[in-house]
Amino acid sequence: MSQTKQVKQLDRVIIRFAGDSGDGMQLTGDRFTQESAVFGNDLVTLPNFPAEIRAPQGTIPGVSSFQIHFADHDILTAGDRPDVLVAMNPAALKANLGDLPKGATIIVDTHDFSKRNLEKAGYSSNPLDKLGEVDDLLAGFQVQPVDLTGITVAAVTEFGLSRKDAARAKNMFALGLLSWMYGRPTEPTVEFLSKKFAKVPDILGANLAAFKAGWNYGETTETFVVQYEIKPAKMASGTYRNITGNLALSYGLVAAGVRSGLPVFLGSYPITPATDILHELSKHKGFGVTTLQAEDEIAGIGAAIGAAFAGSLGITTTSGPGIALKSESIGLAVMTELPLVIVNVQRGGPSTGLPTKTEQADLLQAMYGRNGEAPVPIVAPQSPGDCFAAAVEAARIAITYRTPVMLLSDGYLANGSEPWAIPDVEDLPLIDPNFATEPNHELVGPDGEVTGKDYWPYLRDADTFARPWAVPGTAGLEHRIGGLEKGEGHGNISYEPANHDKMVRTRAEKIQRIADSLPPLQVDDPSEAAKVLVIGWGSTYGPIGAACRRVRRAGYDVAQVHLRHLNPFPKDLGDILRRYDKVLVPEMNLGQLSKMLRAEYLVDAQGYNHVYGLPLKAAELAEAIGVLVGETEGREVNLGEHGLNLPADHEQNPVEASK
Amino acid sequence: MTTIDLTTPAMRSGTELVPAIDEGTTQTAKEFTSDQEVRWCPGCGDYAVLKAVQSFLPDLGLRRENIVFVSGIGCSSRFPYYLDTYGMHSIHGRAPSIATGIATAREDLSVWVVTGDGDALSIGGNHLIHALRRNVNMTILLFNNRIYGLTKGQYSPTSEVGKVTKTSPLGSLDHPFNPVSLALGAEASFVARTVDSDRKHLTEVLAAAAAHRGTSFVEIYQNCPIFNDNAFDAIKGMGEHKGNKEHAVIPLVHGQPITFGPRDEETGLGDKAIVRATGGGVEVIATADVDIEQVLVHDAHHPDASTAFAISRLTDLGYLSRSPIGIFRQVERPTYDDLARNQVDHAVEAASTNGTPTERLTALINAGDTWTID
Ligand SMILES: Cc1ncc(C[n+]2csc(CCOP(=O)(O)OP(=O)(O)O)c2C)c(N)n1
Ligand code: SF4
Ligand SMILES: [Mg+2]
Repeated sequence: MSQTKQVKQLDRVIIRFAGDSGDGMQLTGDRFTQESAVFGNDLVTLPNFPAEIRAPQGTIPGVSSFQIHFADHDILTAGDRPDVLVAMNPAALKANLGDLPKGATIIVDTHDFSKRNLEKAGYSSNPLDKLGEVDDLLAGFQVQPVDLTGITVAAVTEFGLSRKDAARAKNMFALGLLSWMYGRPTEPTVEFLSKKFAKVPDILGANLAAFKAGWNYGETTETFVVQYEIKPAKMASGTYRNITGNLALSYGLVAAGVRSGLPVFLGSYPITPATDILHELSKHKGFGVTTLQAEDEIAGIGAAIGAAFAGSLGITTTSGPGIALKSESIGLAVMTELPLVIVNVQRGGPSTGLPTKTEQADLLQAMYGRNGEAPVPIVAPQSPGDCFAAAVEAARIAITYRTPVMLLSDGYLANGSEPWAIPDVEDLPLIDPNFATEPNHELVGPDGEVTGKDYWPYLRDADTFARPWAVPGTAGLEHRIGGLEKGEGHGNISYEPANHDKMVRTRAEKIQRIADSLPPLQVDDPSEAAKVLVIGWGSTYGPIGAACRRVRRAGYDVAQVHLRHLNPFPKDLGDILRRYDKVLVPEMNLGQLSKMLRAEYLVDAQGYNHVYGLPLKAAELAEAIGVLVGETEGREVNLGEHGLNLPADHEQNPVEASK
Repeated sequence: MTTIDLTTPAMRSGTELVPAIDEGTTQTAKEFTSDQEVRWCPGCGDYAVLKAVQSFLPDLGLRRENIVFVSGIGCSSRFPYYLDTYGMHSIHGRAPSIATGIATAREDLSVWVVTGDGDALSIGGNHLIHALRRNVNMTILLFNNRIYGLTKGQYSPTSEVGKVTKTSPLGSLDHPFNPVSLALGAEASFVARTVDSDRKHLTEVLAAAAAHRGTSFVEIYQNCPIFNDNAFDAIKGMGEHKGNKEHAVIPLVHGQPITFGPRDEETGLGDKAIVRATGGGVEVIATADVDIEQVLVHDAHHPDASTAFAISRLTDLGYLSRSPIGIFRQVERPTYDDLARNQVDHAVEAASTNGTPTERLTALINAGDTWTID
């Protein structure tokens, strides 16, 4: 490192890479993330991209971005406001400027600030020409204009690429520059590029050259005087990797197959943001995984139900619109009591809604979106890495209780990533399919004598209420199931009024009994003096946790509990809710969990609801929690810098911070 | 885009991988009959088909526990309840997709779909055509009564234009599907048509369908005496058509010239013959007016389905006074489920050299950039 540069210590940084959809920002962010993960920082990422594959170039709708928050301590969110914005064109600057706090650093590619691009972004003049003037739109920010494209093209001339191809390496230049600024290890990226472009040496050479040029630009030019150091985070011991939710969920489904010994059968139809799971599972045939890309969502779940009847672990993956199509089939799986895992990677709705954005508005659909009394257990992962364990849990419930299970992920979990402590496969639960192999019912003659045995498909386990699962090929257990109401025990069609009442209640009771197998909830109430409880589910775990930490750092008490099981609720939930004076339910919907809690426990659960298609913002949520704490405790609450006030965008755990 | 030549599994019979009953043993129709009371209307054509199937299944020689019947919703879809095999009475139109899952998951099962004209061609039309194009190893029995029976008599996708039903008091406006034409268009590898009351022909077709590896599509003309009685009287030579069956049924026999109508004692040919039409397609002509060489010889195994399709167009769209009956097409094509299992089996075999599933899963989740904290 050159002598003139100073090194500053930071405890955390939030960087947002933003550019046109074609600029490779997702890849750039992904590589920076890998470098940071290998370096040992804790991190959380938030990709944000348009639904269109190639939205009009240079326009605001065409902007794609990738945010990474990395720190020397444990963090929970991708951060509310970036400290650094890398903007590859005017549209990227315009689209993201509003999210930046004053004082933030903006690195712009001056090359793309052409008249045409400025117009497309809606700028009447070039904001870079006004730096330091009275009408400087970027006043208060530290702007670093760099001709990223120009320098990149010059740096890769020796590879003889067309100008267009040469310019495409500019994202690697940006990555190199940022990697220098934050002292990231470069080997993972060099290795990655060498693999990715092994067959095209020119492109490989250009990308490596651009990456190195970016690094050198930081080190040697006068433009950047400070290098930052963010020490590795203290994390629990173990082996880690960075993982997105969709990948973790896919691995979880493979693991469920391994731990149950069942062949995995996925019937699915592509839909954003769930498609990656179908892509991923298609690669794992070596684990006995069969994937069928069906003609539509209904056929996808149909095939999975068929495979389940035949003795496979049936799975179907989709997003909200696909669940709508699958509803009738889910009802069939409820009625036939076959194991089935249904994955809904939720996106913004209704209808086609916001395909690439996140939302949690399908909870009530999962809960009630079928005709008749058709209870379905619901499991929700709380972070990208947690999608693995949640998938295994969904399969455990499905197989043990012979029921379809809804696994509710969302777009943020799907594409976001975090370091994941890789579990030991042997520590995962073993799931026993417990197939029926023998007749289970005694035939009784006229005088009460046992005359033989036959098979009753609806004779239940006394504890779990699960019915036996007899697969075709098992001699003597031939039976018929279907969507018509079953007679208790024997399972033949029955229209008996009393039988129907009994069966409706029995199916409901079976789902309730799953609660017997759930661990107690973990309530995070460090001072044990909190009067306000914040409760959430799914991907809001990070923002809610970060918001609670802010409130506590500002000196106030708040408790947090997060639900993985939404149906049935854990048995201790009612008692926990009643321990607190006020209950706040932050959700990315208009109040679906809060409705369920109110209905079930008659508590005055209050909603905190945002539907921006983006994760909740920790600072804003902290303010809301602060207001409720103030009301409840009858005092003034001022979160200071831990709320929306500058300068902190900080979510460190107060206990750790005081260490 | 890249395409890969798939290694195609060996062609086998439709039931070759399904366990057979022990040598020297037999099964009876009674063993295939469940204890459930059959609840179709008196005189319903479904009874005849059920009887035929119950007496045909023992002859298949397969183990009862390895046979699965899947149905949708409709009168005909109650079928599985009456057979003592494995079965699923599913939801309206979706049986082909459920059967696809069963057949793909298990090579050792003989899979049958029972469906109606509404179930298969209306709500389930999409699944039907995709099952046919994939060529999943199963047999689809489409009970065509040209009406919605279970919902009490609305016109169906096979009802004739102008048909008066409860939902079409002024006559139905819908142009009907010809199920055989549809199946041929969807590239089905086995397409046949038979009649509920003709036990012998029905059984022959069932045997051929079961023996065929791939999706065997069998349309069965089935009378609904309650809501669409006499729809097939001409084909059956009943009622006002008594004794005239030969004028209505165009029998399709592989390798035989296609003729119908009263038979000539000597030649055995009917008085009407099918010949290629000048403008494409086929047409009916008096046998006496053509050279015997010109009469179309039925070739069910022809790789090109065009002639089979042309023959299927001889079916009346309105009231059925004429229809070809028999096996239209039977060609060999790799089945989806064989190919899918082939890919999985090869991958499993290749992977097994890399350790147990647990070891491989451990390797999988530990792959990529990892770091360890002590
Ligand atoms: C989703 C759904 N829509 C509608 C129905 C009502 N329904 C049941 S059977 C049927 C038509 C059946 O006609 P077809 O398939 O020809 O069978 P058939 O009764 O004639 O044998 C309809 C409309 C249903 N059960 N489910
Ligand atoms: S309504 Fe028609 S098809 Fe249905 S059972 Fe009665 S006769 Fe048969
Ligand atoms: Mg019908």
